[in-house]
Amino acid sequence: MNIDVIYALWLRQVRRYTRSGSRIIGTLGQPVLLLLALGYGIGAIYRKAGEGNYLQFLVPGIITQTVLLSSVFWGIIILQDKRFGFLSELLVAPVKRVVILLGSTLGGATISIMQGLLVFIIALLFGFRPYNWALVPPAFLVLVFMSMALTSFGAAIASAVDDFQGFQSINNLLVMPLFFLSSALYPLNHVPTVLRVISTCNPVSYMVDALRYLLANQTHFGLGKDLAVMAVTLAVCMSFAVNRFNRIQM
Amino acid sequence: MSEPIIHAKNLTKKFGDFTAVDNIDFDVAKGEIFAFLGPNGAGKSTTIKMMTTMLRPTDGTLKLAGHDVTTERDNARKAFGIVFQDPSLDEELSAYENMDLHATLYGIPKKQRSARIQELLELVELWGRKDSMIKTFSGGMRRRLEIARGLLHEPRILFLDEPTLGLDTQTRNLMWNYVKKLSQEKGMTIFFTTHYLDEAEDVAERIAIIDHGKIVARGTTPELRKQTGTKTLEEAYLKLTGEGLRDDADEGNNDGLNARMARRNKALK
Repeated sequence: MNIDVIYALWLRQVRRYTRSGSRIIGTLGQPVLLLLALGYGIGAIYRKAGEGNYLQFLVPGIITQTVLLSSVFWGIIILQDKRFGFLSELLVAPVKRVVILLGSTLGGATISIMQGLLVFIIALLFGFRPYNWALVPPAFLVLVFMSMALTSFGAAIASAVDDFQGFQSINNLLVMPLFFLSSALYPLNHVPTVLRVISTCNPVSYMVDALRYLLANQTHFGLGKDLAVMAVTLAVCMSFAVNRFNRIQM
Repeated sequence: MSEPIIHAKNLTKKFGDFTAVDNIDFDVAKGEIFAFLGPNGAGKSTTIKMMTTMLRPTDGTLKLAGHDVTTERDNARKAFGIVFQDPSLDEELSAYENMDLHATLYGIPKKQRSARIQELLELVELWGRKDSMIKTFSGGMRRRLEIARGLLHEPRILFLDEPTLGLDTQTRNLMWNYVKKLSQEKGMTIFFTTHYLDEAEDVAERIAIIDHGKIVARGTTPELRKQTGTKTLEEAYLKLTGEGLRDDADEGNNDGLNARMARRNKALK
């Protein structure tokens, strides 16, 4: 019976996503812009500096950025239901809170996975080629893992903050710093120490790194460490979100 | 009287130092239509939220159909349906999908689901719009759908928290006629709040008036008139609660923010 509930809540989120064509297109605009401006623009200089193909380096970072943005957004939506009253309906239902959170989080993560795949396909059109096609399925698993961790992160953030003024502030305060201060855009071996330290503390760096290892055969931390950090991030965010969600009183 | 279907004893809710509901007792009998009245900030919403398991009582006992709301929460939850004060439908789903999700949440067996949803949607005259998104619905249609949804799992108690706010006269009449029917034919207990005293006078069999967290009067409309020596329920109500205006920020009713926020609002005052 709980599986029914999880499925129903998952389906609710996925329906909301698939029904809004403008939302899908809108959230893909940013990655396309980044691929164009950075992939082609910076790529020319990157090659001159003798670092090789920047697009190959960049695409895992852009996929991660898309997943980051989408996951945090959908994670926050779970609790933003309280703004629109629907959360009351869920909270008085005879269902454990953790089940409600799990179903909604899985729905949000699924949306992020779809977004990540779309960006992957767009990147192929831009000229990106995976290092080894046999490693694309494991990369997909990393994408799934990453989406779950970041959606829980979004839910955890939303449960800790009462008042979140819309998508723009989420983007500015969370997503942008996590993205720019990670290994998504630049190799960490050449950056100033301050930036390297910050990026090393940022879990998003490890997500990018895992994806980059599997798609472009480049790594800074090593896959083992990447996966470990992702597992810890998932566990911490999930338990924090569950804990907070259990305490909500309205 | 047989065991009451709603039983509150020494019920108290505190937010920090502020006591929103102060040691109240009341019983509602099975099949009764019970109105809970009071000015803004009197403790009405807080009480409803405790009854619907959204807020945990600080002290006291509260039982729905014999189930304690704190210790047997899921059984208590199955016993009631609620129409919230604020809209609580998913705007981006259709009417049918909203109903179906509710049926799943309440564990209604798959085989019965579609028949039951159809029956209720026909009853509130929304079957023809079952596949329309909620965002295309008018206020009255949403309310009707929320009522249908609240009844889907055949609750024994129906809570209506200011259900007619913003509805036109036709929809209000239709709704109350239907509610009376439910009470008479199905023996469903109705517990509602309203600011329209004429509604309470017309519909309620028994009334309790709460002010400053305490129940200041209770009884039938004639009893309340007699107690206060007044001619109408409205006069009785004003005599009991005073003519002064109230601060609108009901501690328990902070538009869906949590108790911490309520305390913060309180601290700011």
